[in-house]
Amino acid sequence: MNLSRKWLTEFVDVGLDEVNDHDFAEAMTMSGSKVEGTHYMGEGISRVVVGRIVEMVRHHDSDHMWTCQVDVGGERLLQIVTGAQNQRVGDLVPVALDGATLPGGAEIHTTVFRGELSEGMMCSLRELGLTTHDFPYAIEDGLFVLQEDCSPGDDIVPIIGRDDHVVEFEITPNRPDCLSVIGLAREAAVTFGKPLRLHEPVVKGSGGDINELVKIDVLNPELCPRYTARMVRNIKIGPSPKWMRERIAAMGMRPINNIVDITNYVMMEYGQPMHAFDFSCVDGGHIVVRTAREGETCRTLDGNERRVTPAMLCICDEHKPVGLAGVMGGENSEITGDTKMVLFESANFNGTSIRRTAAALNMRTDASAHYEKGLDPYLTMRAVNRACELVELLGAGEVVDGIIDVFPNPPQPLVRELDVDRVNWILGTEIDGGTMRKILTDLGFKLDGNTVTVPSWRLDIDAKYTQNDFAEEVARIYGFNNIPSTMMEDSGTKSGGYTPEQAAERTLGGVCRACGYDGIITYSFYSPAGWDMIRLPENDPRRDAIRILNPLGEDTSCMRTTTLPSMLEVLARNWNYRNADVKLYEFAKVYKKRADGLADEPKVLTLGAYGEDMDFYTLKGTVEELCDALRIDGCEYVPVKDNPSYHPGRCAALYADGECLGVLGQIHPLVAKNYGVGDELYAAELDFPAMFAHRTTEVYYTPLPRFPAVMRDISVVCDDALTAGELARCIGKAGGEYLESVEVFDVYRGPGIPEGKKSVSFSLALRSGDQTLTDTHADEAVAAILGALERDYGAVIR
Amino acid sequence: MKEQLEWLAQESLGAVAAAAGMAELDALRVRYLGKKGELTAILKQMGKLSAEERPAMGQLANSVRAELESAIEERRVALEEAALEARLEAETLDVTMPGKRVRGGHRHPMDIVIDELKDIFVGMGFEVDDGPEVEESVYNFDRLNTDENHPAREWTDTFYLDGESRTLLRTQTSNMEPRIMETRTLPIRAAVFGRCYRKDEVDATHSPMFHQMEGVVVDKHITFADLKGLLHNMAVQMYGPDTVTRFRPHHFPFTEPSCEMDVQCHKCGGKGCPTCKGEGWIELLGAGVTNPHVHEMSGIDTSKYSGLAWGMGLERAAMRRFKIADLRLMFENDVRFLEQF
Repeated sequence: MNLSRKWLTEFVDVGLDEVNDHDFAEAMTMSGSKVEGTHYMGEGISRVVVGRIVEMVRHHDSDHMWTCQVDVGGERLLQIVTGAQNQRVGDLVPVALDGATLPGGAEIHTTVFRGELSEGMMCSLRELGLTTHDFPYAIEDGLFVLQEDCSPGDDIVPIIGRDDHVVEFEITPNRPDCLSVIGLAREAAVTFGKPLRLHEPVVKGSGGDINELVKIDVLNPELCPRYTARMVRNIKIGPSPKWMRERIAAMGMRPINNIVDITNYVMMEYGQPMHAFDFSCVDGGHIVVRTAREGETCRTLDGNERRVTPAMLCICDEHKPVGLAGVMGGENSEITGDTKMVLFESANFNGTSIRRTAAALNMRTDASAHYEKGLDPYLTMRAVNRACELVELLGAGEVVDGIIDVFPNPPQPLVRELDVDRVNWILGTEIDGGTMRKILTDLGFKLDGNTVTVPSWRLDIDAKYTQNDFAEEVARIYGFNNIPSTMMEDSGTKSGGYTPEQAAERTLGGVCRACGYDGIITYSFYSPAGWDMIRLPENDPRRDAIRILNPLGEDTSCMRTTTLPSMLEVLARNWNYRNADVKLYEFAKVYKKRADGLADEPKVLTLGAYGEDMDFYTLKGTVEELCDALRIDGCEYVPVKDNPSYHPGRCAALYADGECLGVLGQIHPLVAKNYGVGDELYAAELDFPAMFAHRTTEVYYTPLPRFPAVMRDISVVCDDALTAGELARCIGKAGGEYLESVEVFDVYRGPGIPEGKKSVSFSLALRSGDQTLTDTHADEAVAAILGALERDYGAVIR
Repeated sequence: MKEQLEWLAQESLGAVAAAAGMAELDALRVRYLGKKGELTAILKQMGKLSAEERPAMGQLANSVRAELESAIEERRVALEEAALEARLEAETLDVTMPGKRVRGGHRHPMDIVIDELKDIFVGMGFEVDDGPEVEESVYNFDRLNTDENHPAREWTDTFYLDGESRTLLRTQTSNMEPRIMETRTLPIRAAVFGRCYRKDEVDATHSPMFHQMEGVVVDKHITFADLKGLLHNMAVQMYGPDTVTRFRPHHFPFTEPSCEMDVQCHKCGGKGCPTCKGEGWIELLGAGVTNPHVHEMSGIDTSKYSGLAWGMGLERAAMRRFKIADLRLMFENDVRFLEQF
């Protein structure tokens, strides 16, 4: 919403001489009307003055240029060369002097044109950033010959009406009443403590009776609560006066002609959109406000044929739509130079219906923007009268007596008691009742003691919890910054803090980073093609994902059921960027469909890596660190041969107490290839809730050993297919009470070992808590271990 | 003999002082003080001296020995010091060469900001929450006093999961306001952090997925003044003790009165500069006193309890903090970007 500060002063004395733009913007913002910016309309125009052409002769070396002597109010005439042809001696024209600047940044300097000195430039409309909409008497091609009351040497800026300042407001959706000069004037008056001068329109009329000329029927009163109309005859279409054109331009619209400009002017002034129909185009002199019929179309003023639907409200004559209610008029009833009779419509439409129509047709207009937030139904009468008053003021036609006003259900005003204590209770203030009553009165609320009648334009005031609205009105004018800052008291005993899950999540993130993994964040949705990329079977339950019905695109249409495609995509992107040695982790949710339409959203810790230092065991080391951080006891790693996303020989599932906590391994080369990566990729998908469930929270101290350990190394030859884990578990069981730890330190295949066999070496630590072990103790334990290995796995000492 | 001793003293002290290394010093010790050394040789002649001469000569010989021993010791210390110095000199490293490190990973910039805010609110006695992202429109809109015709509900703005617009991807962490109020005992202090979704095309400042923080307080007699104190305190912890905040009227369906909090631009101190787009202030969050309709819908007695709520876009906070110009970098996850934080 743009506001002309000149126009504002018609209603409240907050002129530029009193309050500059910066202070105005600041004060309005702090009282609730947010200012986005301000600008001076004459920005960029300097050293441009009025000049009178005193003499003009043909340029000595050109048959189309003129050399003119121009009086710019100085001691001597300036010589200026021009290529324009529409000027005569004695004309007043804008002259850009030496050193002048023009809109768009052009600079003008004294120069020489084909041997003739030229001390500036005489300007066209366009060079001043104007069009014939601003000055209908001027021409586009040629000099702007001024018909204004001005003299040589006068600054051009006020003469072309560019001496105004424009304030751009961001009006919140609850205050559509502020989408008008009067609405903002009311706010400005209260903000600056000045009286608001409002004007009640007076229409003289010219006899006749509108009721004899037109009949109006509203078939959908729920979509059109009020329809008010007046008629003007003997229309004389012409440009509107300069003051009106300037105000319209300052507010960001284009002046058209007197009748159209009047409708726009009234909309800007009151916030009530108006429409003017060429009445001769309304068949049967009958306006019917109804929803469109199936298959109807309406060619709107912008020249487009619109297909309207039965959900859209139209203004129709007896046969056809002549306008889209609240959005745009129809071309068939457009005001033209031949228009003789005009019907002014000032109506109240349902905001949501207008918004939907405008959105469906993709034509959000100034009118629809006003309507869609909901307008004061009591505004239509004043607005239509103001339009008619302006018609008379401008001599644009004769207003027919009488008004048609279809208003079947006038709403009752909202009346509520002001509860001073409750308002202070809400705000944490001690503002006295008198101050509150004054603020509300200034804002247009009617007070009788503490009984408040809410003005009809304040549709945002809540009928039930009205004290909260009163609190807001009082607070914003009293000043948010005048309200104290306090620290709340706690009436309970809760102390806040992280839950154990949240703490564990933080711990694991820290471990990931300590292991060299960078945190990433990827989208929760992806393309279903990702499941093919990771080679999920057709019947995999993870393909049954929650789908977004209105996604931005196929690529973001599925809520992810596995994080692997997201991770692989990021790995591939980094690989394509030639980033070496990449390690990444993401702590994020997957979304598992539930019968009730919602989702289970467990968190998954995903690791992904590639690079020279990466292999399966490096990845596993990080997973082991993570398990250690949560003190997950008894982790087992079981080979997984059939996970289609992973290398069948380099993939393990992590188990604790028989429950699977996740999977880790090298990504299947075919999957890596699907992502365009030729190197080995590694990933782990860890089920955070399962890990958390298996954590150990009780940690007790174990006394430090008082007796030395006996170390024994053994090497056994066994089938190649046996895992070290199986052998170690067997050793653990057979080792007896003194066996403290078992570690694999070598695996060997090759000369000396039969085909299909391997040698595995373990380092055993044996220790007792109450004595120094002897060789005999150790030998007994080792013998038991070797016996078990041979018996259970056929592994023999090497 | 006296001359011999004096000459020996002179010669040996000179030799010790000139000794260039430990080996040479040891050789000198043997040569002069050893069993077959020169001093011993001289002392063997003592027998030839008269009884009167003997004590004086013995005294002289002892003092020569003592002098020589201390000279040798002094020289030994000096040589050792020199040797150590030489060794250390030889061991000199180029300390400008890079260190050997265990390369740690980096926190995502969003997580840096999120963790910091979580700590701030935990410090003020808040619980931390996340909540469902696949949500019912009841919690995302209805119970937040968002009327059924509100533009945010349009299919052009919100991602829907069923044809009746019943389930959606939450557009704000505010969905947790009613959920928390309906499940917890009062009083409540909760800070919700999580992912939200809106139907915005990806560009330098928009993303269909983003992060928000929502604050919820419900207690007996919580006021707008408390909101100011709480959020100012948060800003001070985020931006330092000199932080200046201001509260500006605004509008949200779920709060009344509503406001936005700005922090004074740290760059220009409020004068206006490119960082704050000339405004002097940077918008941080939207907030307000919880609209009693919201409490009522969640079964809270509005005559006794009041509440506060605020919501903050975290991408913007992180982008501002790290001067990140393009939001897409956050979700692209290029390690050259990630490893800057």
